[in-house]
Amino acid sequence: MNDTVIETTGLRKEFTVTRKVGRLRRARHTVAAVDGIDLRVERGELLGYLGPNGAGKSTTLKMLTGVLLPTSGQVHVCGLVPVPARRRLAQRIGVVFGQRSQLWWDLPLRSSFELARHVWQVPAAEHATRLARLRDALELDPFLDTPVRQLSLGQRMRGELTISLLHAPAVLFLDEPTIGLDVVSKQAVRAFLTELRDRGDTTVVLTTHDLADIERLCRRLVVIDHGRVVHDGSLADLHARYGSRRRVLVELDEPLATPLQVPGVELEASTAEGRLLTYSLDGVSATAGELVARLASVAQLRDISVQEPEIEDVIARLYTTVKDTAVSLPSQPDPRGRAPSR
Amino acid sequence: MAELTGRWHAYRHLLGAQVRSQTAYRASFAIDLATNAFIPVIDLLALLATFRVTPTLGGFTAGDVLVMYGLSASAFALADLVVGNIERIRIYVREGLLDAILIRPLGVLAQLVTVDFTLRRIARLIVALAVLVIAVTRADIPWTPARVALLGWAPIAGAVLFGAIFVAGSTVAFWWIESGEIASSFTYGGRDFTSYPINVYGQLFRRLFAYGLGFAFIGYYPALALLGRSDPLGAPDWLRWCAPAASIVAATAAAIVWRFGVRHYRSTGS
Repeated sequence: MNDTVIETTGLRKEFTVTRKVGRLRRARHTVAAVDGIDLRVERGELLGYLGPNGAGKSTTLKMLTGVLLPTSGQVHVCGLVPVPARRRLAQRIGVVFGQRSQLWWDLPLRSSFELARHVWQVPAAEHATRLARLRDALELDPFLDTPVRQLSLGQRMRGELTISLLHAPAVLFLDEPTIGLDVVSKQAVRAFLTELRDRGDTTVVLTTHDLADIERLCRRLVVIDHGRVVHDGSLADLHARYGSRRRVLVELDEPLATPLQVPGVELEASTAEGRLLTYSLDGVSATAGELVARLASVAQLRDISVQEPEIEDVIARLYTTVKDTAVSLPSQPDPRGRAPSR
Repeated sequence: MAELTGRWHAYRHLLGAQVRSQTAYRASFAIDLATNAFIPVIDLLALLATFRVTPTLGGFTAGDVLVMYGLSASAFALADLVVGNIERIRIYVREGLLDAILIRPLGVLAQLVTVDFTLRRIARLIVALAVLVIAVTRADIPWTPARVALLGWAPIAGAVLFGAIFVAGSTVAFWWIESGEIASSFTYGGRDFTSYPINVYGQLFRRLFAYGLGFAFIGYYPALALLGRSDPLGAPDWLRWCAPAASIVAATAAAIVWRFGVRHYRSTGS
């Protein structure tokens, strides 16, 4: 069975931009919003698709969902070519475009779900089962009978997620699903997506600027800039590539008799006569748990703390430094991805 | 086949939802209906005022012109009810809402006309049909089965023709978002044009609208057929019965323009 859900080769989209040059003259030139993207997404992956504003994220999503026709390159989603097979593809994918609602503004939320059943032609029994599960998972019951226009942004987003999943799509595309949400709603959405990811039968492609989304949800990150892929790998790969490391600070009763040797762990500092130690982890081969377990077996621990690398810094650095050097990592991540160890 | 009926079913539900949300506030809906019913009445009064200064217009009496008006107003009101809200495509394109339409497994045009269906416009259709009925009963029509049938299909053929103008005109929005009222000048302008006998217009104007856009087939030719009169401009008599053929040509042309527009949208994204 072929488990590749999304496959693009040399995907490219050009737009013609007209610029005023004289009083009446217009200069036309073409700009590549997406400039040759090769992407393979396997079934069950949750892919974070990142990049600064204007990098080509939305344009890519539009080409994957059959809204926009690529200028050149190949694209297959669920084995279909999106634009010619738009209607059939629409049955297989769910899409949440943050600002463009699929809900009926003046009707109670419940009615939108009922209409979705007819639009996507879902059998009544299947619809009822899925809706019951989504109502439960996204806690929709308190506002199910409220007209959509009266819902808070967070409630509405939970409604959008529900309506995008009622026809059991194989792929879910989410364009900034947590933008503008309050903390509680963000957490509800994230918890739901985590569960969806862990169930493993829905492939999710998510664009976001929210770093917590990235850390909590995305096992694989594809970062694009100027329409090209500048990073494809796990968050740990990203940290490894930009040399950001997690630190473990331990306080011991007595200094260590012999220095500890754990692969991927480096002793960065030793203070207070060797009782206060700072180790740094490369985030790939060693976990903080292993280190602490090894330490506990040879010394008496008084206190431990773990310092996370600053993902803000990593992403910011990524956006600013790799503009022209589009290098992808040599290793293709495995389909399940490698979550950063906690 | 099952897919087709399923889709039809979906459109019906979309329509139903739209009607439900519009009729939710009964009092405001009733006011909407009443104001809409008033619009054709005002047009009618303007038309009748013309006959206070002249007994005939291009050789036609007030009763004859009333038949043309009834046909044209009914056709326009039906087209406006069914596809009039396609004008809103401007808003959809500008605000990117068309993307949300494209990701549903239904036709784009059919979705646009159903999700924005405006029920209150039905009041105009009812008034227009009432005017048509009064006009044909008062006019001196030599009734035959063919003329009875024509009375049935002429407003529908006219509505298809107007609908084609609505659709083709609104397609401009795919290229030019600020297209504003361009489409309206052809649709609303066309409604006023078709209310009068075409021999009152100047030649250029008549060629462009009556023949070029086919507006003669909405009120003028069917009215001639009903009244049993030949065209004073000399068109052959069989042409008076050709509204359905003209509407099919117009609908086909509009469909081509529309598909072209959607394709353009999908390659430019604006």
